[in-house]
Amino acid sequence: MRRRDALLLALAAASRPAHAAVPAMQEVAPGIWVRPGVHEEATAANQDGIANIGFIIGRDAVAVLDPGGSLADGQALRAALRARTALPIRYVVMTHLHPDHVFGAAAFADDQPVFVGHARMAGMLVQRGEFYRNALADVLGIDAAGDYAKPGLLVEDTASIDLGGRTLHLRAHPTAHTDNDLSVLDAQTGTLWLGDLLFVDRVPALDGSILGWLAQVASLRGTSARLAVPGHGPPAVPWPAAADAQDRYLGGLVRDIRAMIARGGDIETAVAKIGQAERGNWLLFDEYNGRNVTTAFKELEWE
Amino acid sequence: MKAFGLAFCMGLAAAAPAWAEQSQAEQAERWRDLKLAVFGDRPVTEGTGVIALEAPARAQDASLVPITISLSAGGGTGGGRVKAVWVLVDGNPSPLAGTFKFGPAADPHTLRTRVRVDQYTLMHAVAETEDGRLFGAERYVKAAGGCSAPSLKDPKLAMSRLGQMRLRVEGEGPLAEGEAASAQLLISHPNNNGMQVDQVSHNFIPPRYIQDITVRYGDEVVLSVDADISLSEDPAITFGFVPHGPGPFRVDVLDSTQAKFRQEFPVAAGRS
Repeated sequence: MRRRDALLLALAAASRPAHAAVPAMQEVAPGIWVRPGVHEEATAANQDGIANIGFIIGRDAVAVLDPGGSLADGQALRAALRARTALPIRYVVMTHLHPDHVFGAAAFADDQPVFVGHARMAGMLVQRGEFYRNALADVLGIDAAGDYAKPGLLVEDTASIDLGGRTLHLRAHPTAHTDNDLSVLDAQTGTLWLGDLLFVDRVPALDGSILGWLAQVASLRGTSARLAVPGHGPPAVPWPAAADAQDRYLGGLVRDIRAMIARGGDIETAVAKIGQAERGNWLLFDEYNGRNVTTAFKELEWE
Repeated sequence: MKAFGLAFCMGLAAAAPAWAEQSQAEQAERWRDLKLAVFGDRPVTEGTGVIALEAPARAQDASLVPITISLSAGGGTGGGRVKAVWVLVDGNPSPLAGTFKFGPAADPHTLRTRVRVDQYTLMHAVAETEDGRLFGAERYVKAAGGCSAPSLKDPKLAMSRLGQMRLRVEGEGPLAEGEAASAQLLISHPNNNGMQVDQVSHNFIPPRYIQDITVRYGDEVVLSVDADISLSEDPAITFGFVPHGPGPFRVDVLDSTQAKFRQEFPVAAGRS
C-alpha cells in the first residue's frame, strides 16, 4: 500500500467512533428497516456485523428481525431503532441459530421482548451455544461477544405476531440452510424476511440439507411476496427472481455430486472439483464451497 | 489485519479457534504416550516407501475428515506385504480410530476412511508388515469440534436406516478373476460417541458405535476392522481386494449395543 493511501485509511479509521457506527439503515418497504451486513468473516473490526438485520414497525409495537452478530452490533441496531420510533420492542425474532444473526440478543434484554425462534432452536442452543460463544469471544473478546437469548416463543409450524394493524406470519421450515430456519412474511407489504434461506452475492453456506434448502425455496417461490430480505446481500431484492442464482449454485452442486457418486468418486475429489464453475459468481467462495460440497456429499450418498 | 475468519455463517467453524492448539513438544509427548499404549516397546520406523498418509491440512468438516492411506508391499524393505494398519487421531478423547486387518482376499494398497477430529492434532497411520515390523506416517490436521458436532440430519431418519449398507466397486465393467480392484463400503450408523446432545431432551446421547466390521469376498476375508468412536458417523471405508470366484461380498457389522447387521452384495453380474 502506498503511504498516502495508508494515511488516508488511518484518518478514516480515526474519524469513526470507537464502537460500530449507527448502521446505515434502509427502509426497503414502509416500516421495514434493514441494515445490510458486510461481506466478510467475523472480525474485531466489523463486530460480526456481517448479516442483514433490522426491524419492522407496526402501529403499537416493533419487532426486531435478527438482533445482530454481537453485543455491539445489537446495541447499534437498537440505537438505530430508537432513532426512528419510541414504540415498545415487543418481539425479537431469530431466523436461525447462527452467531452472526443472534448474538446481539443481549442488547435487547432490558426491553423484555418475547424472543421468537424455530422449535428446534432450543436444542441447537444446547448443542452449539457454548461452542459459538467461545469462538466469538476468541475474535471479539468475551465482553464484546454478546449472547444469544433463549426463545420464549417456539414456532413448531406457523405462528403470527401482531404489531397493531400489522401481522407478521412466521413459518418454521424443515431442515434447509440449517435445521431451525424461520421465515417471516409481512402480508401488508408482501415482503418475505428470509434470513439465511436466501443468500445474494455472498456464497450460500450449507449447514443443513441441500435438497431441503432447494425444496423450501421452491415452496417460498409460491407465496404472494414480491420483495425479499436476504440474510446476506442487498437489503432487499425482487422475489422470487433473486433466488435464481442460489438455486443454480445449489442445484449444480446436487447434479455434479450425484454424477460423481454414480462414478464411484470420493469426497476429496468432489471437494477439489465440484462447484468451481461458480467461483467467479460469489464472494467468499473459497471459504465455503468445500464445506458445502462435503455436507451435500454426505447427504446425497445416502439417497 | 488479515481477517481471522470464522465460518460463522454456517455453524461449526472448520477454522478452529486458537485455544485448541498444542505446542510441538506437547504433540510429540502425546505421540510417545500413545505409541507406548498401543504398540508397547515395539519400534515404529519412519514409513517412507511403506506407508503414506494423506489428509486435508484444514478440514472442511471436523466430523468428517477424509483420509487416504497408501501402502506398498514392504517398500523394498523385504518385510512382505502390509497385514494391518492402525489409524490414530492423537488429540481425540479416544485416539485409536480403528485397526484395519487385511485378510487373504485383500489388496493392501489404498485404504480410505473418514474420521472425527476434536482439536488441531497430529494424526498417525501405522502399518505392520508380514515380518512384524511397524512403519508410521503422520499428518497435522487443522480441524476442531468433530467429536461433539451434532448430527444435522433427522435422527428419526438416521434410525430408520440404521445398519443399512452400500457397497460400490469402483470402475467399469465386470470384475476379472484374480485382478485387484477397489470398493467403497458405506454403513449407515450414527456412531454416537456419547459426546453429542439430543436436540429434544437436551441429554447426552448414550454412546452407540460400530465395534467390528468384517468384509468377505466369497468365503475369504478381505478386511476386518476394530473400530472406535473416532470414525465418522455413517462410516465409509474404501479398500482393495482380489476377487476369486463369483463372490458375493458379505459384510458383518457389530455395534457397541451388540446389535448385528449383515448384508450381501452380489458381484457376478459385474460391478455394483
